[in-house]
Amino acid sequence: MEKIYLDYASGIPIDPRVFNFAKSFLMEKFGNPSSLYNDGVEAKNALEEARGKIAKFINAEDEKTIIFTGSATESNNLAIRGAAFRNIGTGKRVLASAIEHISVFNSMKDLQKNGFYFEILPVDSFGVVDLNKLENMISKDTIVTSVMYANNEIGTIEPIKEISKIVHEKGNYLHVDAVAAAGRIPIDVQKDGIDLLTLSSNDLYGPKGAGALYVKKGVKIQSVILGGGQERGLRSGTENVFAIAGMGEAANIAMKEMKNESTRLLKIRDKLISEITKIHQTYLTGHKTKRLPHHASFRFSSIEGESILLNMDMYGIQIATGSACSHKTLEPSHVLLAIGLKHEEAHGSMVITLGRSNNIDQVPMIVKAVKETVNRLRKLSPLVK
Amino acid sequence: MAQIGYSKKVMEHFMNPRNVGVIKNPDGYGKIGNPVCGDLMEIFIKVKDDIITDIKFKTFGCGSAIATSSMVTELAKGKHVDEAMKITRGDVADELEGLPPHKMHCSNLAADALHEAIKDYKNKKRK
Repeated sequence: MEKIYLDYASGIPIDPRVFNFAKSFLMEKFGNPSSLYNDGVEAKNALEEARGKIAKFINAEDEKTIIFTGSATESNNLAIRGAAFRNIGTGKRVLASAIEHISVFNSMKDLQKNGFYFEILPVDSFGVVDLNKLENMISKDTIVTSVMYANNEIGTIEPIKEISKIVHEKGNYLHVDAVAAAGRIPIDVQKDGIDLLTLSSNDLYGPKGAGALYVKKGVKIQSVILGGGQERGLRSGTENVFAIAGMGEAANIAMKEMKNESTRLLKIRDKLISEITKIHQTYLTGHKTKRLPHHASFRFSSIEGESILLNMDMYGIQIATGSACSHKTLEPSHVLLAIGLKHEEAHGSMVITLGRSNNIDQVPMIVKAVKETVNRLRKLSPLVK
Repeated sequence: MAQIGYSKKVMEHFMNPRNVGVIKNPDGYGKIGNPVCGDLMEIFIKVKDDIITDIKFKTFGCGSAIATSSMVTELAKGKHVDEAMKITRGDVADELEGLPPHKMHCSNLAADALHEAIKDYKNKKRK
């Protein structure tokens, strides 16, 4: 049975070109970038080369704006907690859209325990941030406003330029989590007007264990991890040279190949959406057009997502779900609740994120498996009368 | 090591659930859970001389919700209602070679649904 992997938002294999580029830093070139002898200098150079590639990838004004971290979660923590604590004299409010990643929410919830005010910016039924509400909610004492570039569960792309305009007229810093969007659609931090931007290595086909935070020149944040002062004092700890060098090369490849790859995936996406939404009582979640090119997400009435996942796995097809049963918290996805779905509707979700191993010829197999899965589970369901 | 995924037995019952369906005019009917929580189970029983002669279920829920429903129907079929009342959530989980810890409570309601169906049968019998 051919396996079909459709969960690129959860994990991605490292690109062999990336591995070949960076592998020497695992064994031969093991030096610490802080050491002054040749092996250390070699490692340091690899970091700086990666910094340059990431800066170019998002059109940053200067290589020095890129801070390497251990993950996107860490970048989100650094951006939000780092900005809030550094600018406590400016104000004590923080704002996040209702569909942010849990690392953004938990950073802000922690700030709330430390005397800040955390507010949640609502989104419409497609997951697009409500700009009028943003205008009303934001003020000069809102230190950081966090809105993701695009959402990982429903694929919706946010109007970052418009959001940036409002944030900079009425508030302070805009933080953008670009993990889902980077490598799929072009990102230009200068044109988009972004102050802090989070990137993940693995989502670019790079190794796990590296992330980056873009910190616009002049934007003031402080570290959340203290130590030897690596990464301009903003992220202490010996750098993961292999993962960072790999991340740089992954961004370099993404920059060259993104346009063609996204065009290719978009065709598969649209075919899947048109075929799967033909199934009775099946609905697309997220926006139809303001949507990531590799992302197709659905909900099916009367059935539950974890069952869908397990049943699809029997066909060798791996998908994701926002169902409660797939989460340790046993709560359905906050994203699906934020777009106005009822609990029982949010339980029946399926998320497909496409990548390099997918092709248009897989579509009939996927559609057949989805149809049979939905039919079988509906036959078991007491909600279908 | 703590159990992470589902046992083979859970997956086998999930893929090939026993006794799926409804019984028209059942002697007992039990319903547990609600769709808001993500689990809803219905159990129907036919009883003759206090022996469960037929049993069917319908379940909305995750893999373990479906597997436990299937298992409880297997355990209860052919049993005296008083014996079937003694089937616990733990028995169902044990017969399935265990459930992941976070599934033990939320998705292991099948025994409760069976008990409801038996209570319903006994109530009807009294009338």
